[in-house]
Amino acid sequence: MSNKTVLHAKHLESGAKMVDFHGWEMPINYGSQIEEHHAVRKAAGMFDVSHMTIVDVQGKDAKAFLRRLVTNDVAKLTVAGKALYTGMLNENAGVIDDLIIYFFDDNNYRLVVNSATREKDLAWMNKQAENFEVTITERPEFGMIAIQGPQAKEKVAQLLTTEQQAAVAGMKPFFGVQVGDLFIATTGYTGEEGYEVIVPETLAADFWQKLLDVGVKPCGLGARDTLRLEAGMNLYGLDMDESVSPLAANMAWTITWEPEDRQFIGREVLAQQKAAGDQPKLVGLVLTEKGVLRSHQKVVTPEGDGEITSGTFSPTLEHSIALARVPRSVKVGDTVEVEMRKKLVKVQVTKPCFVRNGKKVF
Amino acid sequence: MSNIPSELKYATSHEWVRNEGDGIVTVGITEHAQDLLGDMVFVELPEVGETVSAGDDVAVAESVKAASDIYAPVSGEIIEVNEELEDAPELVNSDPFGDGWMFKIKLEDVSELDSLLDAEGYEASIDED
Repeated sequence: MSNKTVLHAKHLESGAKMVDFHGWEMPINYGSQIEEHHAVRKAAGMFDVSHMTIVDVQGKDAKAFLRRLVTNDVAKLTVAGKALYTGMLNENAGVIDDLIIYFFDDNNYRLVVNSATREKDLAWMNKQAENFEVTITERPEFGMIAIQGPQAKEKVAQLLTTEQQAAVAGMKPFFGVQVGDLFIATTGYTGEEGYEVIVPETLAADFWQKLLDVGVKPCGLGARDTLRLEAGMNLYGLDMDESVSPLAANMAWTITWEPEDRQFIGREVLAQQKAAGDQPKLVGLVLTEKGVLRSHQKVVTPEGDGEITSGTFSPTLEHSIALARVPRSVKVGDTVEVEMRKKLVKVQVTKPCFVRNGKKVF
Repeated sequence: MSNIPSELKYATSHEWVRNEGDGIVTVGITEHAQDLLGDMVFVELPEVGETVSAGDDVAVAESVKAASDIYAPVSGEIIEVNEELEDAPELVNSDPFGDGWMFKIKLEDVSELDSLLDAEGYEASIDED
């Protein structure tokens, strides 16, 4: 059983190599993953992210429900279109998923969650919604295209109506707006400027083709992974999962502790973890010599062992980088060791962010 | 499908072997193998002068996706390695059967070549994967 997005035929037309991604047949690359990566850092690239799950949460309790459901506080959202990144925890403070919430009004929100966690996310939300007056509606009738890179916005602008251009002109990061057929958001997963566009399925292939025609390069999941890792963005299932606290996944900034009486799910356990100060933490690792850091390699430090959660070769920096979970007492600037192919190799500890807007940031 | 030159010999572990005469062979990885691995970022080659046995892991091809051992398809002495790959590992992707070659072996026993697969046999082994 393999799902196909509405853009499947377009990928094959562009010579994509397709792979199974959690039950979806998705492009891993269209020839060279590294060239696609550079296209996003230097010009404009696009990704089919139609496999991601769009969920609309509406009703008179929508705000109260979301304030209970997730760690970040949707009460902070007061301007229509503003978005919020957050974790959704279980009672043990393990991360069920990470997601983006767009605010339209207090009765009207849009969530975008991971496709790999779709079923458990929906089941969890529906279960938690029992005592709230809300409707939870999946919106599978849309495609979603992320256009990213320093030239992304100007390329997209060429395809927009005058009304749409006016609506997105000067839109700050992490906003979304519905204009005409398109929902256009200044979000992404690459560390570059750009848009994520939600488009009705019937128009998706045509929109994709027009983007190709103005010179936006199609990019696969391979480049998406190296780009997000350079940007220090977590990937659910690798960098965190239900056994991991947000405190151990560089997600402390997504927890809103005030007001103290907001009882979001997982708060109690999370508060205990925070008070104990014993959660490990997610750091960056840099290897400047030959070799590539990979997921699950052991990290050896004087403070105790850790583990690489995501590792790759960074095409921008031309050496390997990784995210790793290590004891909290390990410091940025420390030299630690990674067990790679039976050898111990020295690596530098950095903040978990390597590249932003095309530039090295550590 | 993948290009599999008929004049070469193959190992099921995706190395190709070209008989250069005088008991010398050139070894690389097949187009199919580089396609599976994706963009190459480092290639770690054996030392010249090293003696290897068929089946030894002697090199590592590291791509964005994974690190993969390269095995000696035959026994003998490493007499040359492709130093171009140090700065241009992508040659393995762009020209796997040509400029992307990895090392040359001086055979101990020329008859070992007979135990390798021909193009047809290799193609059949890929189809089984």
